[in-house]
Amino acid sequence: MSGFANQPENAVVVTNLVKRYAKAKAIAVDDVSFAVRRGEIFGLLGPNGAGKTTTIGVLTTAIVPTSGTASIGGVNVAEDPIGVKRRIAVVPQQSNLDRSLKVREILTFHAAYHGVGRRERGEMADRLLEQLGLGERKNEKVSAYSGGMVQRLMIARALMHEPEVLFLDEPTNNLDPQSRLFLWERIGELRARGLTILMTTHDMEEADHLCDRIAVMDHGKILVNDSPEALKRTLPGSSALELQTFTASADHAGMNERIAAMLRSLPGTARVDTTADADSEEPGHYTHRLFGDNVHLLIGSAAQAIAECGAEVRNVSVKKPSLEEVFLSLTGRHLR
Amino acid sequence: MGSRTRLALSALLATFQRDLVVTGREFVPFLMQALMQPLFFLFIFGKVLPGIGLAAPNFAALMLPGIVALTGMIAAMQGVTLPLVLDLGFAREIDDRLLAPMPVWFVALEKVLFGALRGAVASSVIFPLGWVILGSGFAVRTDRMFTLVAMVLLTGLVGSTVGLLIGTIIKPDQISLMFTLIFTPLLFTGCTYYPWGALGRIRWFQVMTLLNPLTYAAEGLRYAMVPPTGGRDFPTLPLFWILLALPASVIIVFLLGKRTFGKRVVN
Repeated sequence: MSGFANQPENAVVVTNLVKRYAKAKAIAVDDVSFAVRRGEIFGLLGPNGAGKTTTIGVLTTAIVPTSGTASIGGVNVAEDPIGVKRRIAVVPQQSNLDRSLKVREILTFHAAYHGVGRRERGEMADRLLEQLGLGERKNEKVSAYSGGMVQRLMIARALMHEPEVLFLDEPTNNLDPQSRLFLWERIGELRARGLTILMTTHDMEEADHLCDRIAVMDHGKILVNDSPEALKRTLPGSSALELQTFTASADHAGMNERIAAMLRSLPGTARVDTTADADSEEPGHYTHRLFGDNVHLLIGSAAQAIAECGAEVRNVSVKKPSLEEVFLSLTGRHLR
Repeated sequence: MGSRTRLALSALLATFQRDLVVTGREFVPFLMQALMQPLFFLFIFGKVLPGIGLAAPNFAALMLPGIVALTGMIAAMQGVTLPLVLDLGFAREIDDRLLAPMPVWFVALEKVLFGALRGAVASSVIFPLGWVILGSGFAVRTDRMFTLVAMVLLTGLVGSTVGLLIGTIIKPDQISLMFTLIFTPLLFTGCTYYPWGALGRIRWFQVMTLLNPLTYAAEGLRYAMVPPTGGRDFPTLPLFWILLALPASVIIVFLLGKRTFGKRVVN
């Protein structure tokens, strides 16, 4: 894994990172290695207490690693924290915006902390506030802002010093669907501009939608690290073909048993679940679920088998395994 | 100067400007917060007590330097301690400055410098306030101006460094305890309402007051302010000890505060 650091296409490199807190029993981060490529959105997923926050804390200079190394753009986090701070920006989960300043000043002072010139920071603040839909309310204080506006403002602030790597901690947690969609679009634009983004989220849809690659962490270790598609492929027999059927026959139960038996015999079928739809008004409505690796190839033969038994197909759908199922299969269902 | 150093210094300057802007906007509340207590102290101890014969007429002249020291010290501490306790506890507004391209201890340094400025401003306002309230009782010698300015600045620095240390040790749920257990003894053992030399009759207490940096600030200001009587200077702690103790406590307390600050912000 140590070869990572020499590859210029990697924006973030973590090698054999270990963090053990002084008073804690367990190791927070236990020999973690990964790399984030330049211009990539990398998702760090895991249950609460998995070690995500500590890993990000090390990368953002707030936590000193016990051993191992981490670097941003080739700059070692422990050896040159100031060099790292110039290259990164952090959007935390909860607002840490300066409540004593007006919104526009929050951006201009942030840029001033980073040595951006006076005129440049003014222009940049106005442009970013406009882009993030806050231009109208730039002279207010953040106490008047909604959750979605606060989140947008924190992203605007993060962009003020043109970082190479952006850290987003659960960026759309607790936001309304409009704000969430708006932020997804903006985050997508940032990637298009070449920014590297390392994000954490508990929202599997968000991870699936935004991330190029995902690492799932638990108990301080990275369990898997791959593209969302590849991760979903790792769950065998978990895509499902769902067929809703109807028969007017009085012996609908017997007929559906025959259908289930025929479906089970189709090559490539791992398992079949058959349930009568209890909530429909007339009897004879059933749902059959075929599980297998490539169930979409079975649509034709399954429909034919149902027709041969004398029932009609009312609805067909293919359900792919979700990232959530992958996540749960890796980290288990128990509460933390 | 390297580009790193310039970047760090400009970040330090920008955080200082931020505090100037914020305090500038709340200047009147700041003044009221800093001056309400001294205003009443001056009135009661400088005007009322001598007026009804419970204090010597020159008591006002002896107490005025103590009030200047106390006011500067408290204003400086208040400017650092409370915001720091809340910020490190939960507000985390400080994060943005901690992520600026400068050493994290610069953030603590800025707090101390700005706190000292607050203290010096509050101290300075005592002079016109005293002039108005004390009337004919207002007496300040003018031949030690340089020492006076140095003492006002040192008092601010003592206050803000102590504020840094306390602010990085106290947790938000201990704030009310802090006022009782730290502020009160600090204020009353600091030779603000009485000159140190007069404590000779209560020797153990006189020795104890030497542990409080406020004692040196108050005595230093007495040295610079109390007019000579009958051609003789008012006896204070020797200037040598004052000029040794104040900078030494600023440096020692700052180094301690810098350490505890570092522990709170980098894990």
